[in-house]
This record gives sequence, structure tokens and C-alpha cells, in this order.
Amino acid sequence: MEGSIARQRMNKILTHIVLIIMSFIMLVPFAWMILTALKTNQESISVNPFYILPHNGWHWENFATVWKSYNFLILYKNTLLMIFWRVVCACLTATMAGYAFGRLKFPGKSFLFSLVLIQMMVPAQIFIIPQYLMVSNMGMLNSMFGLVFPGLVTAFGTYLLKTGYEGLPKDLEEAAMIDGCNIGQRFTRIMMPLTRSSMVSLGIFTAVFAFKDLMWPMIVCTNATTTTLSAGLAKMQGQYGSEYPTMMAAATLAVLPMVIIYVIFQKQFVEGIATSGGKL
Amino acid sequence: MKKKMTLAEKREARWAYLFVAPTMIGLIVLNFYPIFNTVYQSFCKTGDFGKGNIFVGLANYQAVLSAGETWQSLWNTIKYALIEVPFGIVIALILAVLLNKKIGGRSIYRTIFFLPMVCAPAAVAMVWKWLYNTQFGLLNNVFHANISWISDPKIAWISIGIIGVWSIIGYNMVLFISGLQEIPGDYYEAASIDGASGLRQFFSITVPLLSPTTFFIVQTRIIGALTIFDLMFMVMDKTNVALPKVQSIVYLFYQYSFTNGNKGYGATIVMVLLAFIMILTWILQQVEKKAVYHA
Repeated sequence: MEGSIARQRMNKILTHIVLIIMSFIMLVPFAWMILTALKTNQESISVNPFYILPHNGWHWENFATVWKSYNFLILYKNTLLMIFWRVVCACLTATMAGYAFGRLKFPGKSFLFSLVLIQMMVPAQIFIIPQYLMVSNMGMLNSMFGLVFPGLVTAFGTYLLKTGYEGLPKDLEEAAMIDGCNIGQRFTRIMMPLTRSSMVSLGIFTAVFAFKDLMWPMIVCTNATTTTLSAGLAKMQGQYGSEYPTMMAAATLAVLPMVIIYVIFQKQFVEGIATSGGKL
Repeated sequence: MKKKMTLAEKREARWAYLFVAPTMIGLIVLNFYPIFNTVYQSFCKTGDFGKGNIFVGLANYQAVLSAGETWQSLWNTIKYALIEVPFGIVIALILAVLLNKKIGGRSIYRTIFFLPMVCAPAAVAMVWKWLYNTQFGLLNNVFHANISWISDPKIAWISIGIIGVWSIIGYNMVLFISGLQEIPGDYYEAASIDGASGLRQFFSITVPLLSPTTFFIVQTRIIGALTIFDLMFMVMDKTNVALPKVQSIVYLFYQYSFTNGNKGYGATIVMVLLAFIMILTWILQQVEKKAVYHA
């Protein structure tokens, strides 16, 4: 018995060792990003000696410099607004369509739903050129509308919410029907509030997806004042790629908002992404 | 009987159309019209100054399919997938099994592994590019090496693949953990009583019962890996000599459609990608029938 307890302890220690080594590998890039951001330009390209830590003071002012010189305030504003509108549009349209597909009977339902599934199966690159031309023809390049445009509706979200609505018990709605609620009231008062967890999943998924997207903002918003954090970084790298502390400070500022939100709401994030199983 | 229901049914159908209308109109405008438009454009040449389409028949297909660059990019993309998918999955599975045990600090580990998932790939790629820097980078200086991580064509594709694996492990792991939690604990207890070792339990219980999750991850990751763009775009400078051996098919699409402004040619590249993904999806479905254990 004692031997087996000792073995279990050994096992646990070994598990922790593997996990700690892995955590270290995962964190090194983040650590190096922040440490470089705190160095002077000279220090960051010093090889002999090679400095891991900033050795003549931690230059926190690098962040302030980058913040000001690259208009981060505007990039933050654009990114957050784009995320906000995309989440609102996705949740609103998907919850309505999801309810109809999941709970209501109507002619043509399976055909319409097959369109939703087809959209999810084809690679998104096939939409990009025509979507770009539409935005361009509307004269909406370099606008918030242009950034939000491809995210006005969501096939994936419709599918996700349909599954959510299907999982709800039948008698709830029947009781409401007997009480004389029409379909609209049943939807807004009873059913929609019950799919909150699916909505949260969709919201998180949409936000992370929009935050990470690089190609779309890069092609529709080419101005430094109209674009998002991701596309802004690409622009900066093209112009100032060899000022390493500057670039790393910019990268830190770009990942920071989502990392903070993630650390606060990590349970919802992890569950939302695990249950939605969306392709990020 | 049927006639009596009609009024209620009609009312229900009217509500339903109202509810699906925004999504369906949106999908038609944003997705289905573009599918046909992309097909159409692949038969056209973009006129001067991006104005007007000139029908050119199969000329774009001839050009795209005879360009060595197209096949090289497709091969580069497959090579990237061959690193990202298997390594990203195996490492994630090991971590998921370890984190599924009753040990301290589980949520801290999970938070750390999942962290790259919430970071913009543009930023991640910038950081790795800096880590890989031949002269001043952390990797070469710590290991006293002199490896051209991202400018040697023989190595660069692996370096990009490593970033892909690092970025995706946490996501795959979270999906594996939720799959593992659905396996009833009694199976393991029964196996322990019968004297099955941990490794034996892993291969006889965990692997088959987890196969639907594994298959889902394999499928989504293959498609995801084949449409990779951000990492190549951010890490590889346009002047990088290794670029032709690393650029993905979507990178090529971006270059032709939006940098060179040749949308017809770009649309044709997308059609090649679409054909490739459709064939793969079909193959994967055949594999699913054979390989996935259905309880």
C-alpha cells in the first residue's frame, strides 16, 4: 500500500514537471515580447553581451511613446467598435434564425438550413473578392461599416443557436401557448433567455474571431486611422520592423485588451470555445 | 384534421420567415452571391484600373494550373498542415490527459496553454519573428547557434509550423478535455480491477472513446491549416529568399487579388483551393465511417 502511495506521488510530480516545462515554452514568447519592449533600441540588438533582462532601467515609457506615435487610441476604438457591432449583429440575427430553425415548422425549412450548412463548408476565402468589391462599390472602404460588413449575419452562429434551442424542453413553450402567448412573445420572454449560454459562446467566438482577423481589415481599411489593431500591426511592421522594442511594445498593446478580458472571463472563454467548437 | 391546423400553421410559418429573413438575406448577399461571383470572375480578366471584367474563358485556369508557383504554394500549405495538425493534436492530447487527472493548479495550466488562442496572430507572428532573428534573436543567442530560422528555405517551413503548433495546442487541448470528461469513470475503474495498466487503459478506452472528438479536431484543423495566411504574411518579408518555399496558397491568393490587383487570377486560385478542400472533405468523410468508434 505504501509503495503505491509513493508511486502516485512520483506520478504527480512527474506530471507537474511536464506541465511546468510546457508552460515555460508557452510563456517564453510572451516574456520575451515584454522584456524587449522594456529595453532601449541599443540594448535589444546587443549580442555581446546578450541581455535577457533590461540592464539599464526598465523603459516603461516605450509603451507611452508607441501609444502616442502610432495612434493606438484610434486602433483600440476601431477594434472595439468592430467587435461590438459584429457581436450585436451576430447574436441578434442568429438567435432569431436559430429559434425558427430549432423550434418552428415552415415550408422550405430544410432547404434554407442546408444553405446555412453549405456556407459553413466552403472556405471563407471564396467570399472575399466579391465582398471587397461590394464594399468598394458602396464607397464604404475605410469605414466602420466596411469592417463589420462580412459579420452582419453568421451561418455558424445560426447553427449553434439552433442546437441550443433544440435542446430546450418542449413543455415550457406549450405552457406559454396555453397562456395565450403568441410566437413572438414565446420567443422573447421564454425561449431566448434560456439560450443565454449559447449566446455567450457565440459572442465570445465572434469577438475573438473579429479580433484576430487580419486579411479583411487589411484590404478594406488601408488608412492608419480606420483600421484595426491586427492590420495596424502589419502596417507598423512594414514601416518600422527593425526597431524591436517599439514593435514589441506595439505587439504587447495589441494583445493586451483580449488577454485581460480572457483572464477575467476565462471560464466562459474556455467553455464557450469548447462547446461551440467553431473553427477559429 | 389537416385543414383545421392550417391557420395556426400559417401563422407559425409567417413568424418563422420573419425570424430567418435577416440571416437568409444576409447569407445570400454576403455569401451565396459571392460564391457565384467568384466563379464568374475566375473566367474573367480584370480590366485596366480595376474597371470592368473581360471574359477570357479558361485562360486563368490555364495560367494558374501551369504556374509552378501554384503547385509549390499548395505543397507549402500541405507541408505546414503536416506539422501543425499531427503535432498540435498529439501534444494537446497528452496535455489534456495530464490535466484530466486530479492535480493542483489545473486551471492555471489551462489558462497558460490557452493563452495564444486569444492573441492576434499578427502580434504572435511578430514576436516569433523576433525570437527567430538570426543575429539578435533569443533562440540563436541562448543556444549559441547560428540558424537562419526563417530565411533558410530548408528550415523556414518548419519554423512557421512551430508557431502554428504553439498557437493551436491550447485550443485542441480544451476540446480534448471536454471529450475526456464525457468518458464514464467506471470504465477505468473496471479496467483497473481487471489489472489493465495505465497505458493499456489509454489505448483501449481513451483512444477509441475519444475518437469522435479527435476526428472533429483533425477535420477542423486540416481545413484551418490549409487556409493559413497570417503567419506567413507577418513572418516572411517580401524580400525573404525562403518566401517561395513557404508562402501558402491563401498568401498567393492575397498577393494576386489585392497587391497585384488581378482579381480574376486570384479568384481562380480560390477555385483551386475550393476543389482541393472539397476533395479532402470527401476523403475525410470516408475515413470517418471507418475510423471513428460509435458507441
